[in-house]
Amino acid sequence: MTLFTKVIGAATGAALTCTAFAAQADVLFGSTQANPVEEQQEMREQVLSGFGSPVDYQSNDGGAWLTRLNAELQAGSGSIGALGALHGDFSAMNPDDLVDLTDLGLSSNSEKFNTLAKLGTDQMQYVPWMQASYIMAANKQALQYLPVGADIDALTYDQLIQWTANVQEATGEPKFGFPASPKGLKHRFFQGYLYPSYTNGVVRTFASDEAVVAWEKFRELWSHTNPGSTNFSFMQEQLLSGDAWIVFDHTSRLAQAFNDRPDDFVAFPAPAGPTGRGFMPVLAGIAIPRTAPDMDAAKALVTYLLKPETQIATLRATNFFPVIDVALPDDLPPSVKAAGAAVAKMSASADANPGLLPAGLGDKGGDFSRVYVDTFERIILAGQDIRTVLDDQKVVLDGIMKETGARCWAPDAPSEGACPVE
Amino acid sequence: MNARYLPYILILPVTLFLCVFFLYPFVLVAQQAFTTGSGFTFDNFREITSHWKFPISLTNTLLLAAAVVPVQLALALLMATMVSRMGKGRDLVLYIWTIPLGISDLAAELIWLAIFEQSGFLNTMMSGLGVIDKPVNFLSYEHPGVVFLAIALAEIWRATAIMLVILVAGIGLIPKEYYEAADVFGASKWKQFTRITLPMLRPSLQTALVLRVILAFEIFAVVAALGGTLFPVLMGETYTYQFDLLNSGAAAAMVLVILAISIGFTLIILRILRVPKGASI
Repeated sequence: MTLFTKVIGAATGAALTCTAFAAQADVLFGSTQANPVEEQQEMREQVLSGFGSPVDYQSNDGGAWLTRLNAELQAGSGSIGALGALHGDFSAMNPDDLVDLTDLGLSSNSEKFNTLAKLGTDQMQYVPWMQASYIMAANKQALQYLPVGADIDALTYDQLIQWTANVQEATGEPKFGFPASPKGLKHRFFQGYLYPSYTNGVVRTFASDEAVVAWEKFRELWSHTNPGSTNFSFMQEQLLSGDAWIVFDHTSRLAQAFNDRPDDFVAFPAPAGPTGRGFMPVLAGIAIPRTAPDMDAAKALVTYLLKPETQIATLRATNFFPVIDVALPDDLPPSVKAAGAAVAKMSASADANPGLLPAGLGDKGGDFSRVYVDTFERIILAGQDIRTVLDDQKVVLDGIMKETGARCWAPDAPSEGACPVE
Repeated sequence: MNARYLPYILILPVTLFLCVFFLYPFVLVAQQAFTTGSGFTFDNFREITSHWKFPISLTNTLLLAAAVVPVQLALALLMATMVSRMGKGRDLVLYIWTIPLGISDLAAELIWLAIFEQSGFLNTMMSGLGVIDKPVNFLSYEHPGVVFLAIALAEIWRATAIMLVILVAGIGLIPKEYYEAADVFGASKWKQFTRITLPMLRPSLQTALVLRVILAFEIFAVVAALGGTLFPVLMGETYTYQFDLLNSGAAAAMVLVILAISIGFTLIILRILRVPKGASI
């Protein structure tokens, strides 16, 4: 095994050296976003080709991305010029490792995003780059089973459960699909959708009686969920294969279904609970590490990515929406139109209860999400008692909040110090 | 050059290599496991062992090793004896049996995933034969037993060959005279196997078992591909700490736990299968 590891290590080392040499002249854009091969291709050919000088776009898994970046930061010299990642990836970093981008004069059209991009300092540590959200999508075949009187654009969780039950009764198979695999984004559903919709909070109300109701409801929904969901991470695949008819996922993880067969699927807002229609945004940003080999070229790239034309090209390539005010052209791909309409309906609904991204958690963002994933695995998969699990996990969550001192974010009521778990 | 120093000079490159690429990183990892930023501490170990998944993943890892290794040992012994009796075609059979060794473990598991998936070969075959009327999802949280079985099966298929190769080499070293003598005294084939082959094979068995058991505790790709989070094992949790939670301290602690278990079992195997001093083949 050791020999094997060593051989692999040597090979990786050699490969990295080769890439480093090859990439020296270009700006290396290391990203955790636009990871699927087709999106990488689009990024290179449609988005970055207009930059003037060549850009070496390398998209990686969050872990690999951070490992390489940290190695470069520790070594004090690096080859990565610009970083593209989620807000959560950046907030796990030391702000000093990112170059202050305030003097570029770039910002998004959302003050909330601009504040998040400061990472708790008073300067722009990254520039908001693109945004997305999570929505629901369904196969049109499922529409006939909608409960009587239900409006697909204003569903409640009860109606959704009824709907999935109707579908199961009619087809004999559970057809709700949920991205519950290790790479799936299930934790965002709990943090941004289920909890806000039932408890009007995420942290404060973690173990409240309303939370027990929320989990009971989710357990009910789960009984109409394809049990294979624990292997699903991109719900577009199950929509296309027909394994799931009604699904929840990130807009860009549903895109392929709409683009391949635009007439077969509908996109619609997330359901509402007793405390409103909870939903949350996804925010990606661009930053420059302090070890960037060519600072000017990297800054030029950041500026280029925030141009209206580039933002629209990025939208086409990745299904992430612009963060600046742009006039969207009419010939956008079907996925963008469908997702854009659903998100717009969701935010404009009377009972909208928008949440914010977790802030101030630093490198504990992973542990924070793990609390929700563990709660899911224990309650839903292992069938443990809801109250017991919540009381158990509450201690862990409280520890994380106290350790980081993170204040409450919407929809939780603001707090003086660390957000308390009540 | 002085002949006395020659052996040392010859092993110097390997020693240096091991020090730089194994010993040094190992010391760093150990250091990481016992620190959290404020000096020496057991916090990392407390953190990992108090997590609700730790006992589950520990049991799973041990259970899997207990289920897989004996089967592999028996299979490898059987296959090795068969191969050693073969004349023609021996090499061909050996090559075919060792094919799984040449496939990367993740690729091998993807093959098994393609078999067990909801739309996989097994389902297609069974519905073709009319055993089931619609595809069954075998690898779901509802069938933990099947998930375990699938992982064990895939692991047996993939990693038996490494034991086989060692045992075949070991059997080849046993002098023929023993068997000839046994024949003269009318010992049955089974008796020859238990009285000659097995005892003489001890050093090879030792190596093969140590290697397999250590690898069994490091099981990761198989489980990741077939079980996802349904079947937590120690190595999978280590990965989660390092790459999802970005907690290198806890990951390092986890690795040391795995190392401790591996060393423990290695010592047990070495003790049980020890070759008495002076006895050799």
